[in-house]
Amino acid sequence: MRRVRAARWHDAARGTAQRGSPHPGRPVIEILAVLGIPLAGGVLLAAIGHRREAPAVNVVASLATFLAAAALTARVIADGPMLVLGRAFFVDSFNVFLVALTAFVGFTTSLFSRPYMRIEQEHGRLSPARLRLYHAMYQLFNFTMLLALLTNNLGILWVALEAATLTTVLLVSLYRTPASLEAAWKYFILCGVGIAQALFGTILVFFAAEKLLGAGGGALLWTELNAVKTQLEPTVLSIAFVFLLVGYGTKVGLVPLHNWLPDAHAEGPTPVSAVLSGLLLNVALYAVVRCKVLVEGAVPTSFARSLMMGFGLLSVVVAAFLLSRQKDIKRLFAYSSIEHMGIVTFAFGMGGAVANFAGLLHMTVHSLTKSAIFFAVGHAAQKAGTQVIDDIRGLVTQSPMIGWGLALGTLAILGMPPFGVFASEFLILTTAMREQPWATPFLLAALGVAFAAVFSRVQPMVFGETTVKRLPHRPAMIPVFVHLLIVLMLGLWIPPALADWYREAARLIG
Amino acid sequence: MTPTGFVSQLLQLVVALALAPLLVGWVNQCRAWLQNKRAPPLALPYRTIHKLFSKDAVVAENASPLCRLTPYVVFGAMCCAAAIVPSLATDLPFAQAADAIALVGLFALARVFIALAAMDIGTAFGTMGARREMFVGFLAEPALLMVLFTASLISGSTSLPTIVETLAHREFAIYPSLAFAGVAFTMVSLAENARIPVDNPSTHLELTMIHEAMLLEYSARHLALIEWASALKLFNYSCIGLALFLPAGIAEAGDWPGIVVAAPILVAKLVAGGFALALIETLSAKMRIFRAPEFLGTAFMLAVLAMLVNLLLGS
Amino acid sequence: MSALPLYAQLINLFAAILLLLAFAMLAQRRVLSLIDLFAAQGMALAASTAIVGWGTGQSHLYFSAALTLVLKVFLLPWILYRLIRRLDVRWDVEGLINIPTTMLIGIVVCVFSFNLAFPISQLAVTVTRSTLGIAIACVMLSFLMMITRRKAVPQVIGFLSMENGLFFAATSATYGMPMVVELGIALDVLVGMVILGVFFFQIREQFDSLDLKHLEKLREGE
Repeated sequence: MRRVRAARWHDAARGTAQRGSPHPGRPVIEILAVLGIPLAGGVLLAAIGHRREAPAVNVVASLATFLAAAALTARVIADGPMLVLGRAFFVDSFNVFLVALTAFVGFTTSLFSRPYMRIEQEHGRLSPARLRLYHAMYQLFNFTMLLALLTNNLGILWVALEAATLTTVLLVSLYRTPASLEAAWKYFILCGVGIAQALFGTILVFFAAEKLLGAGGGALLWTELNAVKTQLEPTVLSIAFVFLLVGYGTKVGLVPLHNWLPDAHAEGPTPVSAVLSGLLLNVALYAVVRCKVLVEGAVPTSFARSLMMGFGLLSVVVAAFLLSRQKDIKRLFAYSSIEHMGIVTFAFGMGGAVANFAGLLHMTVHSLTKSAIFFAVGHAAQKAGTQVIDDIRGLVTQSPMIGWGLALGTLAILGMPPFGVFASEFLILTTAMREQPWATPFLLAALGVAFAAVFSRVQPMVFGETTVKRLPHRPAMIPVFVHLLIVLMLGLWIPPALADWYREAARLIG
Repeated sequence: MTPTGFVSQLLQLVVALALAPLLVGWVNQCRAWLQNKRAPPLALPYRTIHKLFSKDAVVAENASPLCRLTPYVVFGAMCCAAAIVPSLATDLPFAQAADAIALVGLFALARVFIALAAMDIGTAFGTMGARREMFVGFLAEPALLMVLFTASLISGSTSLPTIVETLAHREFAIYPSLAFAGVAFTMVSLAENARIPVDNPSTHLELTMIHEAMLLEYSARHLALIEWASALKLFNYSCIGLALFLPAGIAEAGDWPGIVVAAPILVAKLVAGGFALALIETLSAKMRIFRAPEFLGTAFMLAVLAMLVNLLLGS
Repeated sequence: MSALPLYAQLINLFAAILLLLAFAMLAQRRVLSLIDLFAAQGMALAASTAIVGWGTGQSHLYFSAALTLVLKVFLLPWILYRLIRRLDVRWDVEGLINIPTTMLIGIVVCVFSFNLAFPISQLAVTVTRSTLGIAIACVMLSFLMMITRRKAVPQVIGFLSMENGLFFAATSATYGMPMVVELGIALDVLVGMVILGVFFFQIREQFDSLDLKHLEKLREGE
């Protein structure tokens, strides 16, 4: 036993492409902790979420989740991909990195949420009951996302993603304004209809696999499907992939299924916008990519890839052009999320080691940067009392931290070097120029248009004459700068362990 | 042209002519029973027709020959239809000349002539009735055709005797498509025979007349023929329905005893059918005329559904 | 054509009834009748699942049928009834296009679904594979119903009956998904309904009506 473990560790240290075969593993405690802590936290906060200690409890629970995720990550780096608890959960480098990212951003957002919600309470926009709902749903939302990432069962993946939508619907409408009610309704219905398509796709996959794997429940497990994917019926899997892409793609925000996204991300409280933009889109894209891996094995043509590239490119272009029409700051950055998710989808559609690597890197830096931006924007909107761009001016003079946070975050998300987004976009563009030259002019044009639109709107917000007021409490700017620092670091230098990790995950995606 | 065929054809025609008014009388009786009224005598339609034949015919001054011709055309079309529909036997020589689609054509012929003749005189009632009749008929015909298509899909031919033979010989099984088609057919026949819920056969109110409005100008033998033709139409529709959906008991070719047995079976089925019709009429209220498209649209949709379900499920 | 075994015929019958109910929901004007039709759909679904379980000897389908019965015939319609009573929803449900046109579009959708299902049915090994087309048609018809309605409650019922269609597709193509997945889906549906109930109250509180035209104000660039 020790010999086997030593050999595998040796492989991991060498960084060779030696994939350990999944076997019933040991990180049961870590997985149970990663899932159990947010679940327990949600239940606890449902009872005490209105008290003064509630935000602290929220932070503690998120921190504990993050520590458990870090421990899980360490195990996976050491031991390779593993099946846990029978075949119920599967961890490999692809999803464990997302688990770590989700837990981390969940933690920093909970840090941000403490002062933010306190200020909101001071402004009178929240009652104790709503605070309870908010805190409980926040933890439950984390739970559903982590469940979606860790499960091996495609059906449970579906259930968890739908549950993630359900936990956030009431959060989007938390302020009970007409606009937020409309946003929540659209979110619920459009995502619900979309995910019903994904359910049909899942049924089709189950149907194709049942003939090979039997009906004992093994036919929905991703590891089993991955093992037999070359023998699955190509027609059925192609049709299934279309439904799955449309279904989960609705939750990623791919054009033309993106209608719900700007409203939902703009109308809820800012911490909710941050996690929706930063985390949920990633998890939905993870679902798409897992299915793509299966379909690619079954269908010999580049059908799945072309679809993903098409949708990705369409999202980038349409979102970039719609950016110039936005008057609300959160809607502006919501469209920016659509654009970046389009870029990642396009990268995964291209496939290959470099593009996948770039896609994973982009997922990371986008999460971190977008949530940082939302943190800054949230406080800026609180200072100005409105989310309309034209009414927020001169943040730097009143509050240098918020102003500079927003400015740097915007520069980062727009792809300025030396931030990490530049690195990933550069890699994607060069790969595109090599492999899909027809797409490059569109990408460049879209990125340029987006730059102009966002920068021209953010610049007067940050500099110049001020119209904003002081905040009753100190804003939480540490998370913003921590995120931006990490993104800067990733732009300049990727730690070799992380690079290996990405490379391994990129190889798994294929 | 076998002897049995000839006899069965003749017998069928005679039976149709004889029983059609009785069917109308029976439906009226059942309606009266259900509505707790005293029923008119069962043979009243016969007496009415007889009385009308002995009267002097009066025709409007500006009537064209069409007006005089129509009762005969309509009556003839209904007799032809009675000859084609296998009510007693499937060995019908005349039936080879016309199939289910021609049957629908015969009904359409009768409808066209009656409508034209109603407009011929130029009174308000006649024109209005003609317009409404064509409106209902325009919507009912596709539904009827779809029902017949479903049946012919199952049996592989559009000739009614063949349909009946195939359907009678199938093992007993649940056929959802036939169930849907049956409901659709019932709705269509309610509309075509001017029954509640589409039209009240005993009303003479301007707002609600459809069929009756077209008959206001006829008298004596013309009216008698048209009344008889209406009864025949109801009889034909009932027999089509029975042939498609309850074909048990219809005699096969060359089956002498079968024909003898088939007649009482037919009577029994018609008794039940007439009672069902009276029940439907009593339980429904007459719809407003512009709800008729919905009603018939539903019938059409059901019929199409029957066809699709048959294509998909094979049953 | 040889006759199918009895349980296959019964399943075909229930499939046809499901399709008929889906069309009836398209044409229905009154909200209470919509809920009744939805409950009837749930009943047909539970019955057909039980029959598949009986005919093929898969006992987990009995649990599935019981779950469907409890959830979709009793619990969800009850929640909807209570919602309607407390929200005092008006009966008439206006649609965007009139009913005969909707039905015609429904028939076109039906034909399209049957065509779509055909290649998949060819590959299935279940005895009920021909009903996959009907399942897809039910899903599409519910989708059509959602698009053409103005009020919130019929949209939600359309959404729920879409889930019914998907469930039927699962049962007809694959003899049902694993129990754990079905339980998860049932839980999602239930929680979704509860959330929607809360949500309806919020909408009604804000707008004093459940007409969705109030929820169309957010447009591009605002």
